[in-house]
Amino acid sequence: MPILELDDLSLRFGGVTALSGLTMEVRKGELLALIGPNGAGKTSVLNCISGLYRAQDGTIALTAADGTRHPLHRLPPHRIAALGVARTFQNIELFKHMTVLENLMLGRHVHMKGGVLSGGLYLGRQRRAEIEHRRHVEEVIDFMNLEPLRSREVGNLAYGNQRLVEMARALALDPAILLLDEPTAGMNAEEKESMARFILDVHEERGITVVVIDHDIDVIMDISDRVVVLDFGRKIAEGPPEEVRGDAAVIDAYLGRARGDVA
Amino acid sequence: MSLECGVFHTRYESDMELRPRPAQRIRLGVLAVFVLVFPFLAGPYWLDLANQIAIATVGAIGLNILVGYTGQISLGQGAFMAIGAYSAGLLTLNLGLPWGVSIALACVITAVAGSFFGLPSLRLKGLYLAIATLAAQEIVEWAMTHWTAVTGGTEAIVLPAPRLFGVRLNSTFAFYWFGVAMAAGTALFAANLFRTRMGRAFVAVRDQDIAASVIGVNLFRTKLLAFATSSFFVGLAGAMIAYYRTIITWERFTLDTSIVYLAMIIVGGLGSIRGSFFGAALITLLPALIANAGRALQDTAPVVANLLPYAQQAVFGVVIILFLIFEPKGLSKLWGNVKDYFHVWPFAYRRE
Repeated sequence: MPILELDDLSLRFGGVTALSGLTMEVRKGELLALIGPNGAGKTSVLNCISGLYRAQDGTIALTAADGTRHPLHRLPPHRIAALGVARTFQNIELFKHMTVLENLMLGRHVHMKGGVLSGGLYLGRQRRAEIEHRRHVEEVIDFMNLEPLRSREVGNLAYGNQRLVEMARALALDPAILLLDEPTAGMNAEEKESMARFILDVHEERGITVVVIDHDIDVIMDISDRVVVLDFGRKIAEGPPEEVRGDAAVIDAYLGRARGDVA
Repeated sequence: MSLECGVFHTRYESDMELRPRPAQRIRLGVLAVFVLVFPFLAGPYWLDLANQIAIATVGAIGLNILVGYTGQISLGQGAFMAIGAYSAGLLTLNLGLPWGVSIALACVITAVAGSFFGLPSLRLKGLYLAIATLAAQEIVEWAMTHWTAVTGGTEAIVLPAPRLFGVRLNSTFAFYWFGVAMAAGTALFAANLFRTRMGRAFVAVRDQDIAASVIGVNLFRTKLLAFATSSFFVGLAGAMIAYYRTIITWERFTLDTSIVYLAMIIVGGLGSIRGSFFGAALITLLPALIANAGRALQDTAPVVANLLPYAQQAVFGVVIILFLIFEPKGLSKLWGNVKDYFHVWPFAYRRE
């Protein structure tokens, strides 16, 4: 059953076409990998889903747990987040001057109530809400092994830890679907393995649908259920990892004219 | 006294207190005693300075909410204080409202005006936004001096003395209590705000607005709320000046005022409540201290004493430059360093 359906999506920046007529779906509960050469439009797909880019043509539909369909292509980013779509960024985008705890509490923003007045007065209800959501955040901290960093300012953390915090912040939102944009970029082999393990845990233990972009084909092939390959804003292949790996069009896209060489 | 670093919390509730450590509570207690005793020991000159600091603290916290915490640069501080002052005065003079009601309404009016002038923030950032708020400053200055029918133009507006239970509130001694209450209330409100949902959203908008929107923060709403909240307190500061001096003149609310307040939060510490107070105190006391030094040196070194009034402007500039170079995080950071030192004393290596 699809949780996310992209239908005939086209995105242009001036004369540059980032996506052209892209149709794909994300099935509920799967771990989908989105791969392709540089500039293939992978990040553009995530940006369209989370509302940062508006596609000129096409639709994106999210099916919520209760079965209602939401047209994501018409909603602003914060409404899309409230529907349970969380993401991380290629270049870590954390709230640098806040602590790990505060970053994660922002993940609870859409689930909490309370404005300026109730916050400033900090009376009973607001106080209870803060404590209740703090408990929730602590579970995520526990899940991601971030206890020692809890009250550290995020800007001072090591690169690999910042990636973990960013993922934890997305998890704190309790997402139905998690979009990860190159979660292992810039990591060494050991860090990559531990990140891959976290992604699998998120997927298997928490049952969250995951869409992951990565350049490390080995990681992708190891962890994903299904792979979608993009090139020049089009889908050129789709299927289980082992199938996609041998696909001629994919080899073309990555290595140039493979068939010509072989023949 | 037990070492501060030996305090561990076993409940979220106690960990989330504003002053979670015993030493912090003791410091707060000492401060409270000082604030209570001070007016009985100080003469009217120092009391007047204390009152000015109280007003400046309210205004500086207001500005810091916008600039330091939400990252929206504003050069319209003078304008918003003016809106607060004129609204508070004119509501009483024209509609006969009690002064307390006028002040409360003035805060709300300033908040509305602030969010209106905050509209450009949805499209503009940084210096461009600063210029847009400068426009607000110019418009309000023009209205103060030229919209004679309402503001009286360049003539001063004289207000009746505010009275509470028959006591004249604009005496230095009586106003002290009002000023301290307002400053403490503003500080407490802001401290609470920034440990809860909406305050965190303000800071998130400052640090990374795109990530904030993707995690569910409505940028449009949040920025306007920041302008409204900030302006509310800035308006309060303006209204306090109006009723403290019982006279409203436009000269108090010019672009100079905007810059002086920016200096306060830069010197004190951007995004810090105690920093707002430190900055307000330093920038208020600096001219007074220089003037006192001038009087003290009048007999011994008249040449230096005669030069000092001219040095006043220069010292102001030099202080800001020194802070920007040596401690961009302001007095608040300096105080934090002192606290950290004692927090882990004598095990200095435990400091991160």
